[in-house]
Amino acid sequence: MVDRQINIKREFGLRMWLAGSWLACLFAVTLFAPLISPHDPLAQDLFSSRLPPFWMNGAEPGYYLGSDSLGRDVLSRIFYGGRVALSVALLAGTATCLVGTTLGVISGYLGGWVDLFISRLVDIWMAFPPVLFAILLIAVIGTGLTSIIIAIVVIDWTRFCRVIRAETKGQNAMDYVASARVAGRSRLGIMLVEILPNVLPTIVVLLSLEMGIAVIVEAILSFVNLSISTDYPTWGGMISEGRTSIHQAWWVIVFPLVTLFLTVLSFSQLGEGLKDRFDPVLR
Amino acid sequence: MTVNIFQIRDLFVDLPDLTNKPLIGKIPNLSILKDISFNIVRGDILGIVGGSGSGKSTLGRAIVRLLEPNGGEIYFEGLNITHLSEVELRPLRKKFQMVFQDPMSSLNPRHRIKSIIGGPLKLHGFQDVDRLVTEALDHVGLPNYFKSRYPHELSGGQRQRVGIARAIALKPDFILADEIVSGLDVSSQALVLSLLQSLVKELGLTLVFISHDLSVVRRLCNKIIVLQNGHIVEQATAKKLFESPKSDYTKELLSAIPLPDLDQIWN
Amino acid sequence: MTTYLSIRNLSVSLVSGQRVLRSVSMELSRGAVRGLVGESGAGKSMIGKAILGILPRSLIIDEGEIYLEGVDLLSLTSNDLRKKIGTSAALIPQDPLTALNPSHRIGRQIINRLIDILGWEKPDAIRRAYELLDEVQIPDAKRVMRSFPYELSGGMRQRILIASAFAAEPKLIIADEPTTALDVTVQKQILKLIKEMQTRHGTALLFITHDLGVVSKICQSLSVLYSGKVVEDTSVKKFFTKPKHSYSRALLAASPKYTDPKSNLIPVPEKVLSFVENQISLSDEVWMNDR
Repeated sequence: MVDRQINIKREFGLRMWLAGSWLACLFAVTLFAPLISPHDPLAQDLFSSRLPPFWMNGAEPGYYLGSDSLGRDVLSRIFYGGRVALSVALLAGTATCLVGTTLGVISGYLGGWVDLFISRLVDIWMAFPPVLFAILLIAVIGTGLTSIIIAIVVIDWTRFCRVIRAETKGQNAMDYVASARVAGRSRLGIMLVEILPNVLPTIVVLLSLEMGIAVIVEAILSFVNLSISTDYPTWGGMISEGRTSIHQAWWVIVFPLVTLFLTVLSFSQLGEGLKDRFDPVLR
Repeated sequence: MTVNIFQIRDLFVDLPDLTNKPLIGKIPNLSILKDISFNIVRGDILGIVGGSGSGKSTLGRAIVRLLEPNGGEIYFEGLNITHLSEVELRPLRKKFQMVFQDPMSSLNPRHRIKSIIGGPLKLHGFQDVDRLVTEALDHVGLPNYFKSRYPHELSGGQRQRVGIARAIALKPDFILADEIVSGLDVSSQALVLSLLQSLVKELGLTLVFISHDLSVVRRLCNKIIVLQNGHIVEQATAKKLFESPKSDYTKELLSAIPLPDLDQIWN
Repeated sequence: MTTYLSIRNLSVSLVSGQRVLRSVSMELSRGAVRGLVGESGAGKSMIGKAILGILPRSLIIDEGEIYLEGVDLLSLTSNDLRKKIGTSAALIPQDPLTALNPSHRIGRQIINRLIDILGWEKPDAIRRAYELLDEVQIPDAKRVMRSFPYELSGGMRQRILIASAFAAEPKLIIADEPTTALDVTVQKQILKLIKEMQTRHGTALLFITHDLGVVSKICQSLSVLYSGKVVEDTSVKKFFTKPKHSYSRALLAASPKYTDPKSNLIPVPEKVLSFVENQISLSDEVWMNDR
């Protein structure tokens, strides 16, 4: 029984390190993409089209993960696509977190008509099918990185709001909040100083989850060509293009798909692992 | 200096009755306190006793204006504080403080002890906060190195003492203690109670001590108010109350206490 | 005199290695009531949980034996243990609110316990449930059976838990601070009820508490636990008249009788506690008087 518990602890640490390493690598790679990409991701070379990855027959040096039907290097495109994915993840994730958390804490702590109003808003908002909503929104405001970020914030702030509101309500019942009131702290002060630190572990988990979601949403949007306007490489776009040549050149669709999967998985695992580190009780 | 630090007149407090929530519409109110009037004399240690549902906690919270009464008046040092806004109350707040029941939920688990005690000090503009925190810890008999600890690293009794330190750090005139020893075991209880006694003397405090445990109240308080169902059923000096209780309810409470005494007739 | 419960040299520690219980031994006979007193954190609850097989995962039993009616509980498989405990032992827990499932009606909880765990037939279980509610003096049993836990007072809930505990006529009941969450007047009623039922059913009762007043009213013998070790094991009479261990004396001094005008608050200062702790670890001072 003892060993099992120690093993679980070890397992968690391992997962977090794996997730963290993947994301760190991805971050480094995308940051230095212009320096380390073997090819220009947009460069087409019809003579080098559909080249297989390096370990297969017919591969050519320099195209490590193969090339697509237009002769563009898969690896380089994955690097550059990663830039889009991570920027969306970080920016959209953080923005959604800020909007959702702020509204959640305010509605949870203040109660009354503010809470009523925000809660109704959340209920109505959540009735919209999210991806459809995003597509509609993009159709209206146009494509581009900013649009994607706005779209993600618009569809997903409710996720944060609901959960943080519930946590805040739980905090309200705590005597240390009452104690802060007796000490004379202002309402804003209480929300920032007393409540927020206790809600932090949840925020951390939700934020990483949200980043993973942002990556998926961007992939979906780029799959249907509603992402960034130029033909800048995106993982979703690569997957979409790779459909046509899935039999002749499976690597065009598989590698971006695997990268996407690992990235989203890593975000969620990282969140889980970080949550525990943030809790002083468990430290 | 007024003789009466607090005056309570015809106090009525209602709270929403959450067990009777209707499907649509407003939650009905339940009358918790009815027609409560009494004075708290400066320097007293007043015990407020009653069973659960008596309204004693609500009365405590009304006194320190954690809630706003529905009727009646509360005077603090002659000033009518019944309906003052939070902003107006703020400068007064350092004069009356509260220590809470549950040592688990009264200290923010994410703050270190030094910011739990120092927070209110900074809020009210005290200088030299660090020294004042050390002083407060010293008063409650806790070592200085506790400053950097988190609440979960302390025992229940120690946490309760931190709660007391937090309250006295502001150098208030009045402290409300709401069932602060109920969750503690015998030796922690005794320690906290004797600490309170000496603090009251040393710092010239007026103390209101809420409890359901009459034997604890006996040791600490010089005056006692007994509440039942939101009404005051008896009000007397501690000595008189224990020697010759007048109300039936008080007599019932007294006879119910199991004494560590084999000769007690208990039926 | 049959011994229902016999604990020998039970040692329990945390996964991290810290000792929670150190070589605890005690015995309990049919119809007897033993008090288990000590500070919170002294490990009293752990003994009850170890007997019932519900120790939290973070605790391991290092050594020792727990005999219930002659059977060593620690040598049973978890299935057999569950069966044995289900039929022979029961718990009256501290907090009546969290011990009852808030989403099930009372009737369903009691009846299901009889049917699922003890294998009764439904009509018998229903009849027995009403009998039990009657025994714990709950008026309007029909309404109570249909109620949810939050609709009832703390005292009522505790009565129901007592009824549940006695439902299968267990030989041993462990009461873990059953009146701590209750008002003093309600406490009196509940204690009397427990005592009546215990006497009527002839159940052995292990009563865990930190209140010496309660001990003097209910128990015949008691074990004093300090820091995981039994430091005194004696009859209640001897404990109150001639306590032997320094910790026992300190406990008594810290619980003065409120009617005594000369009584003073005599705290058990940290110095005394640490001195006592030293004594315990150095000298194995244990006082085992005749129970």
